[in-house]
Amino acid sequence: MELKIKYLLQIADNAMIIGHRLSEWCGHGPILEQDIAMTNIALDHLGLARNLYQYCARLEGGGKTEDDYPYKRDVRKWRNLLLCEQDNGDFGKTITRQFLYDTFNLQFLTALQDSHDEHLAAIAAKSLKETTYHLQYSGDWMIRLGDGTEESHDRIQKSVNDLWMYADESFLESEADRWALNEKIGVDLNALKLPTQNNRTEILKEATLQIPESGWTQQGGKEGKHSEQLGYILSDLQFLQRAYPNSVW
Amino acid sequence: MTEEEEIFKILEQVLDPEVPVLTIADLGVLRSVNVSQDEVEVVITPTYTGCPAMDMIEVNIKAVLQENGYQNAIVTRVLAPAWTTDWISEEGRKKLLQYGIAPPQRRGLSSSQGENEIPCPQCTSKNTEMISHFGSTACKALYKCHDCKEPFDYFKCL
Ligand SMILES: [Zn+2]
Repeated sequence: MELKIKYLLQIADNAMIIGHRLSEWCGHGPILEQDIAMTNIALDHLGLARNLYQYCARLEGGGKTEDDYPYKRDVRKWRNLLLCEQDNGDFGKTITRQFLYDTFNLQFLTALQDSHDEHLAAIAAKSLKETTYHLQYSGDWMIRLGDGTEESHDRIQKSVNDLWMYADESFLESEADRWALNEKIGVDLNALKLPTQNNRTEILKEATLQIPESGWTQQGGKEGKHSEQLGYILSDLQFLQRAYPNSVW
Repeated sequence: MTEEEEIFKILEQVLDPEVPVLTIADLGVLRSVNVSQDEVEVVITPTYTGCPAMDMIEVNIKAVLQENGYQNAIVTRVLAPAWTTDWISEEGRKKLLQYGIAPPQRRGLSSSQGENEIPCPQCTSKNTEMISHFGSTACKALYKCHDCKEPFDYFKCL
């Protein structure tokens, strides 16, 4: 059970944290349409996170609720990828982060639909449909900015270079990943690597962007070892529960 | 009419809060009604994962049932099979069009790449262009018409 919860939290925390990052754009988007687009996508991610937290609460019992997971865990208990917590930077950096995540997430949710855990499979099937739109959005913008002006090209190339060391953490197996694969609940991450990378390469080429050499991959998110970024997110996300414990609407 | 069918009829009054010309039956959100001795169970399915309208729909279902004498109603959300825009009824599609929202293409017909040539709900011209995948709510994309020059919402395929 413990490993199952860890596995579910890996997926839920990715959605929660990247959704929270996107929601930070609310009211600050470069133009109205993009503000609306990013907050719409944020809502999809938060919806996925809620479905999974509700499922965790049901499995764990003992009066737990979906809110306990996002509001009452400290940094070391979070299992999201380091990529998801990276700061928004400029619009191009946000798009690059989303693009790297969406290309992985599309393959991941496609495979997760075949989970022998029927509820998890249903959650994946539901979110997969939305993820197709997410990648259309981030992929289109990669091309538009990469193959845009000299300035947009240079700036997004820098974001690609800066975020590249976080791109492949998703494929490194944690103990929970290995357990879930063994139980036929989870996904074979190794099998997702090639299709994800091909998809990335195809779009980056069209965007006239250089693909950085694969080098050092930052890791630790799935085991609760995070960059300083997550602390900033939690101090905002959990402010109310920290200042006024157990307060409710 | 069985009691289930009667309740189904009553629930057809519940409107979608974000597109208030559509009932939850038109949308295909209302899946089934099960009556047992002391309880009515209403099964619904969410349109979008994070759709904030679902909580309100749930409250409205319970309110309408209470008005009609059903005190113990529970609402169950199911995820599988996942909702698709193909479940919007013919009646629902007509209402959308009259409301000024282009109804979704049939999934079989639209290519995965793009939803092109969406007829303008004002003037029916197919000379239209997408401005943004994401419109005023999660289920809509924003288009503009090159003939009548009006922008419009398109209920995108899922
Ligand atoms: Zn027109």
